[in-house]
Parts: sequence; C-alpha cells; structure tokens
Amino acid sequence: MSKELLTVLLSRIQFAFTVSFHIIFPAFTIGLAAWLAFLDGLHLATGRPVYRRLFDFWLRIFAVAFGLGVVSGIVLAFEFGTNWSELARRTGAIQGPLLAYETFTAFALEASFFGVLIFGRNRVPRWFYFIACLMVALGTTLSAFWIMVNNSWMQVPNGVHLTADGAFVPDSWRAIILSSVVWVRFPHMLLAAYVTSAFCIAATGAWYILQNRERTESRTMMRMGLGIAAVLVPAQMLFGHLNGEYVVRHQPSKMAAIEARWHDEKPAAEVLLAWPDVENRRNRFAITLPAPFGSLIDSDSLSAGEVGLDSIPPENWPPVRIPFFAFRTMVGCGVVMLFLAWVGSWLALDDRLETRRWLLWATFLSFPLGFIATLTGWFTAEVGRQPWVVYGLLRTAQAATPFLAPRDVALTLLIFGGIYLLIFSAGTLYIYRLLRQGPLPTPVDPERANPKRPLAAGGPDSHHGIELGSTPA
Amino acid sequence: MSAFFPNFWAAVLALGLLLYVVLDGFDLGVGILFGFTRDEATRRHMLSAISPVWDGNETWLVIGGTVLWAAFPIAYALILSTFYLPMCLMLSALILRGVAFEFRQRASAHTRFVWDIGFAGGSFIATFVQGAIVGALVRGISVGADGRFDGGGALDWASPFAFLCGAGLCIGNALLGAGWLVLKSEGPLRERSYRIIPWLLAGVLIFLTFAFLAALQMNLSVMHRWVERPWLDVFPLLGALAVIMIVKGVGKRRDSWPFAGTLVIFLAAFATLAASFLPYMVPFSLTILQAAAPISSLSFIFWGAGIVVLPLTLLYTIIVYAVFKGKVSPSAEYR
Repeated sequence: MSKELLTVLLSRIQFAFTVSFHIIFPAFTIGLAAWLAFLDGLHLATGRPVYRRLFDFWLRIFAVAFGLGVVSGIVLAFEFGTNWSELARRTGAIQGPLLAYETFTAFALEASFFGVLIFGRNRVPRWFYFIACLMVALGTTLSAFWIMVNNSWMQVPNGVHLTADGAFVPDSWRAIILSSVVWVRFPHMLLAAYVTSAFCIAATGAWYILQNRERTESRTMMRMGLGIAAVLVPAQMLFGHLNGEYVVRHQPSKMAAIEARWHDEKPAAEVLLAWPDVENRRNRFAITLPAPFGSLIDSDSLSAGEVGLDSIPPENWPPVRIPFFAFRTMVGCGVVMLFLAWVGSWLALDDRLETRRWLLWATFLSFPLGFIATLTGWFTAEVGRQPWVVYGLLRTAQAATPFLAPRDVALTLLIFGGIYLLIFSAGTLYIYRLLRQGPLPTPVDPERANPKRPLAAGGPDSHHGIELGSTPA
Repeated sequence: MSAFFPNFWAAVLALGLLLYVVLDGFDLGVGILFGFTRDEATRRHMLSAISPVWDGNETWLVIGGTVLWAAFPIAYALILSTFYLPMCLMLSALILRGVAFEFRQRASAHTRFVWDIGFAGGSFIATFVQGAIVGALVRGISVGADGRFDGGGALDWASPFAFLCGAGLCIGNALLGAGWLVLKSEGPLRERSYRIIPWLLAGVLIFLTFAFLAALQMNLSVMHRWVERPWLDVFPLLGALAVIMIVKGVGKRRDSWPFAGTLVIFLAAFATLAASFLPYMVPFSLTILQAAAPISSLSFIFWGAGIVVLPLTLLYTIIVYAVFKGKVSPSAEYR
C-alpha cells in the first residue's frame, strides 16, 4: 500500500471512529431533550410530582450524555479541515455554510440554555425554565436537521456546479436544503433518536419493575417509553422504506451492495441473508425470496428492473459486505423493537404489563437496540456511498489532506482512541450509577416555597436541600 | 466580486475569535490555576465560578471554525491542515477538560484525580497550543501560489517563537482567570486570586517584551506593519492604561477592575494583530478576498446567520450571563 493510500485509510478510520462515537450521544440526547421538555411541560400543566422526579432523574443522565456529545462534536467541526483539507477546500462553499447554520442556530442555542437547565432552577422564573427546556430540545433538533442537510448533499449533490479547479459552487440553496432526499433522511434520523431514547426509558422502567422499586416512576417510564415507540417504530420503518427510494434512484451502487445483487434483474429477487462472495461475484449460503420481491421492496413494483453490481465498474463499488450486513442488522433491530413496543403497549392496556416477566426482561435488555440500529444505519449510508465522498463527483481518496504522513495520522488516531476509550468507559459507568441510584425525592426549594417572594436571580445559589455523596452506597 | 460580504464575514470571524479568546480564555485560565491548588473546597469554588458558562464560551470556537469554513474555505483548509498536530492536540485537550466538569463530581473520591489532571492539563495544553498557533501564524507559514500548504510536513509550524507565544498565552489566560475568580468569588478564593494577579501581570509584561524583542530580532514582516501604520501605537498605549487599572484595582480591592483591565489588554493585543494582518486572512500570503467563498455562499449565510441569528446568539449569550451574574457560592454544584 502506498504512503498516500495508507494516510487516507488511517484518516478514514479516524473519521469513522470519531463520528461513530459522536453519533451515539446525539442519538440519545436529541430524544432525551424532547422527553425532558415533555416532562417539564407535563409537570407545569398537571403539577404531579412524579413528572418532576422523573425530570430531575433524566436531567442528570442527560447532562453526562450531552457533555460527551458536545466535546466529541467539536472534534468533527475541525476534522474536515485537518484530515480532509481537499474536501474542505472544494466543498467548503456548500458544507461550510450548512455547518455554520448548524453552529449558529443549534450549537450555540443548546450550549447556552443547557447551563440554565442544569444550574438555573433557582435563578429563573418557572416559565423561563420551561422555555430553556424547549430551547435545548429545539437546538438538538435543528442540529440534526443541518447535519442531515449537509450529509444528504454529500449523498445526492444537488444544486451546484463544478469550477475548472474542482471546487463546488452553490447555484440553488433551495435545491440543496429542500431536496426531497433531506425530507426523508432528516425524519429518519430524528425518529431514530426518539426511538433510541424511548427504549432507554422503557428499559429503565422495566429494570426497576424487575427490582420491585420506584413503583410509580417505573410504570410511567415503561408505559410511556413503549407507548411512544409503538407509534414511532412503524413511522420509522415507513421513512426507512422511503429512504430506499432515493438510494434506488440516485445511488445504484449503494443499492446493489445493500441487496448483494450482482447481476441486473427484472423483476428482481430479494436476498434475505447470505455471505456475499465479492471475488466470484455471487452469494454463498443465500436465503432468497423469489422475484418479484426484490422489485417490490426496492421500487414498490412487481416488474421493475434492479441494477446489479455487474453493470457498475468495480472501481466504483463500495465494500459490499459492510452495507449488506449493516443494513440487515438495522432492520433486525427495528423488527425486534416493533414487536416489543406493540406487545408491551397491548399488555399495558389492561394492566398486565408488570406480570409478564419475560417481557420485562426483554424490554430491559433491549436498551442497546436503538443505538445499534442508528449506528448500522449510518454505516449503511456512509460506507455504501464509498468510494465517493461526494457521490459520483469527488472520490474519498482525492479529498484527504495531501501532505500528511501515515505516522502523523497514526499518532492522532492513537491519542483520540485512548481518550475516547477513557471517557466512554467513564461516561457509561457514571450513567449506570445514576440509573442504579434512581429518581431522588424532589429537593426542598425554599426560594419557591413562598410564591410572594421575588425571584432569586442574582442572589447566591441556594443549594439543594439534599446532599448526596457522589457514589451511592 | 463586491468586497462587502467578504469583509463582513472577516469582521464576524474576528468578533467570534475575540469572544472565544476572552470568554474561553477566562475559563481555560481558571483551569490552569486549578492545577496549582490541592484544596478540594477551593477547587469546587473555582469550578462553580465557570460551570454554567464554559460550554457557551467554547461555542465561539466552533462558530469561529465554521464561519472560517463557510466564508473562507481556502483559509480553513490551509490553516487546519497546516496545524494538523496542534489542532488534534487542542481538540483532545478540550475533550478532557470538557468532560471533567460533569465527571469529577460523578467520580469516586479515589478516581477524581483522573479528571482533575484532565481538567488542569487539558486547559493548559489547549491554551498553549492556541498561543503557539497564533505565534506560528505571526512568524509566517509556507503557502504555495494556489493557497495550499507547501512546507515540509506536520511539524513545520514548530519554532521557539511559537512556543514562546504558547507560554505567553498560558500566563495571559491565567491572569484573565484570576480576574474572573476575583469577580465571581468571595472569601479565601477571592483573596488568593488577588494575591497572584500582580505576579501574573508581571509575567504577561515580561512575555510581551520578549515577544517584541524576538520579533525585532527575526525582522518579522509584522514589524514592518507597525512602521507603516503608526496609528497602531494606540493599542499598546491602551494596554499600558489597562496595566495601571489592574494594579490600582488590586490595591483598592475593586473586584471588577482586574478582569476589565485584562480584557482591555487582550483586546489591545488582538486588535494590534488583526490590524497589522489586514487585508490578509493568513499573514502574509492569503488575503481576505483570495480566501473568500463564492458570493452565493456568502450571501446565503449573510441573510440568515449573519443578520438574524448572530444578533440573537449575542443576545441570549448576554441573557445567560445576566442569569448567572453576581458572586457564586463555594459549592453551587448540582447533583
């Protein structure tokens, strides 16, 4: 392998590693932010203390995950320039403004109001606190929106022209932002985050029910989590299917790899599971649904022709096995989640939820499913786009920083790897401890006990009435 | 192309970087000072003075980065790739110090030291690297005619002058941090911070003298600017007045004077550099107009991010600072 190719490979590993690490946390916090705003709104409307206890409980977990999301996100904003300077230079006129909008409308919003959420309970009016919750939720959502606009443009580069020296110039921002690709991919990501959070919440509830503790909170969490998922998982599957349509239309090489379809077929069969043998262009151990199932799934048609990898020059193939297996993993997680959400919600209707121990165990153990589905979904989209960084127009190998030596990237990969391993282990441990500790009694709030008393803004922080050690016994 | 949009975005970039330098400057400075105390109560007090705002402060770095990419993609690609190793080092350092706020209060007593080292060390490394990058830019980097880096490799930026600037910014941020602690705290922490301010101020002045002499000795292009543009002298003059303000503030125990004075010093230094770089984006090889994105990109960010969202961002930054104004209690951590 040449030095240049080795540098590109190391840069790809570094980017894949840092971006995969990052996406775990937004996938969790986008949904949690919405859930927190929902709980705070419910508490504001009903005054029921259970919502406040749940809010405080999930806020502590949100804080840990949010911090990890912020610090790992900052890295990405710079990695485009450090490792992919040719990409940054050529696509900067498009990706730069989109990420600038993300920073301005989302990053700044959530970072500023996050401080209010954590430290401002006693310093701001009640309604302002709710607004801060909404702002954080809005910020995380807008962040996802701009990132999806940007990534969708890399998938289907609409609305631009290329200059003589290889730079992209935007012609129509409307075509870039309002592209139909964005409007199926953004909901798909948003729903992924909501479903992931819903299953974490339901799993926590199931865990507590199994331990026979936090009776009110545990039931509320499990019912709400599964109930939300019961509606959102089918919606997510619909948007997933709609995503397939843009891939069929715009990215035949990705579709052929996802389906491990080697030859053009009309109508096409559907490979459910197989070991794609790239060398010999065939599938081994294949379990296949006969034609026209492939056409039906990919093109909503009984007779449509589907492109096979044979019709695409091999230098334009993605690494077939990764999108093939990543896609099947994602769909598998989705099916399990749909089953749990529907069965659980159906049992919850007449109060039989808590008596089905197998379901409690299954729900408890399902907490990683949303994360796995989100990650494998991204692997499908991103690895499936290869060897292009901007599909059809700019190859990944041409996008890297030209003068970096493999040892430079190896060194930074090692540093990032070590640090991410440390903070991921610690973060997971601390979240686990918070979950084990469970909801706490709502702290006594002397500032608010007397409604006539003016707001405490500017005064010293009244510390919460309850002091707890950082490590629960 | 009309020069309005590029100049507008160069001004926004300058504003964003200035806000980053002073806002994250004070909390990075508190992080550096954090490393010099062992007392747990003092450490908690120091953290509670910056916890609610550090995240918003760091946002300005990301705003600076993305505005640079959006408005001046050639400069973004050039600077970030040229400074590959320092940038990655800075990002790693910012990760470690960023998670420490949340993690150290979740950690058990015998593993807390990991996050304390991460917080102090991360603050120090991030500051040092930022200073070194500015120093290397002042000294000049190798840029080809096409605006791409054409130097030797990933260590091209390293020089004694860059390291001197790194050390200088560490002292400067520590001074800013000490001023912030005086402003936000009471009791022993305030007194302690008052005591170290004169030492840090002396350190900053010594650094500035050395940097000036080194620049003179190396005959840096930036020095010619000061001869060509004598009105730049107003900034050192402003800095001198600020030094007097800090000394007086410490003497009379006026809590807001040391921080305000240090702000003026930073402002003067920043303005001196910015004004002597103009019209260059990367001194002295890439101008603002050469680095600018096409007009369709610049106007797209102007009408939304530029004149609507940016003022709103500034507005709620001010609101959040207002919410957390005043002294903080020694243990305003939440659980």
